[in-house]
Amino acid sequence: MSDTKNFMFLNRRAPYGTIYAWESLEVVLIAAAFEQNVSLMFVDDGVYELTKGQDTTGIGMKNFSPTYRTLGDYEVRHMYVDKASLEARGLSADDLVQVEWEDWETEESVDNIVEVVDSDRVAELLDESDVVFSF
Amino acid sequence: MSDLHTVNKSPFEKNSLESCLRLSKSGSAILLYEDGVYGALKGTAVENMIASVVGDRKIYVLGPDYKARGLDETRIIDGVEVVDYAGFVDLVEANDKVQAWV
Repeated sequence: MSDTKNFMFLNRRAPYGTIYAWESLEVVLIAAAFEQNVSLMFVDDGVYELTKGQDTTGIGMKNFSPTYRTLGDYEVRHMYVDKASLEARGLSADDLVQVEWEDWETEESVDNIVEVVDSDRVAELLDESDVVFSF
Repeated sequence: MSDLHTVNKSPFEKNSLESCLRLSKSGSAILLYEDGVYGALKGTAVENMIASVVGDRKIYVLGPDYKARGLDETRIIDGVEVVDYAGFVDLVEANDKVQAWV
């Protein structure tokens, strides 16, 4: 019963314009609660999910971007961002939120689990995953 | 009088902006809103599409949608004007009709 799988959540949609980004986040939280190894991958317009400084007061929608910053507390250990997608959109790592991670038992910690990776690494990470959930 | 064209899709996901720019007349107004606002940021792979028509057409971006997406307001393409909801209404009123590129 203690079968743990490597779950990869592949996010390719911008937030707010459609419901995909928010739905992905919901499923990520569920998977993490079931103690699976959860990683997130942001490709294409999915990189927009992580922009910092989102302010939705003017559009009457819930700003769910602060939730990404709590994912470290749900034992999400890796958040990967496709470099090519980021660059095509005129963005860099500086434009993205930072997500801290800490192991409460060993006190091992990482300042920022958001990692920008190249295409080959993206392909490798997707290939290595047991299951890929696409949003 | 001319038309107001609206684009609400990301230029990286759909060709709505591209078609709008190709098929709108000189002098018309184009408003980017919802995911269309991503086209207004400088330094992107589609920047030149917008930059090349600024002057020939009037390009607007809806501020609340731009802000919601965490984009830097100091990095909007030169010549693109930010409007609020009242400005959106003014544009609708000032033009013959609205054509949506959904």
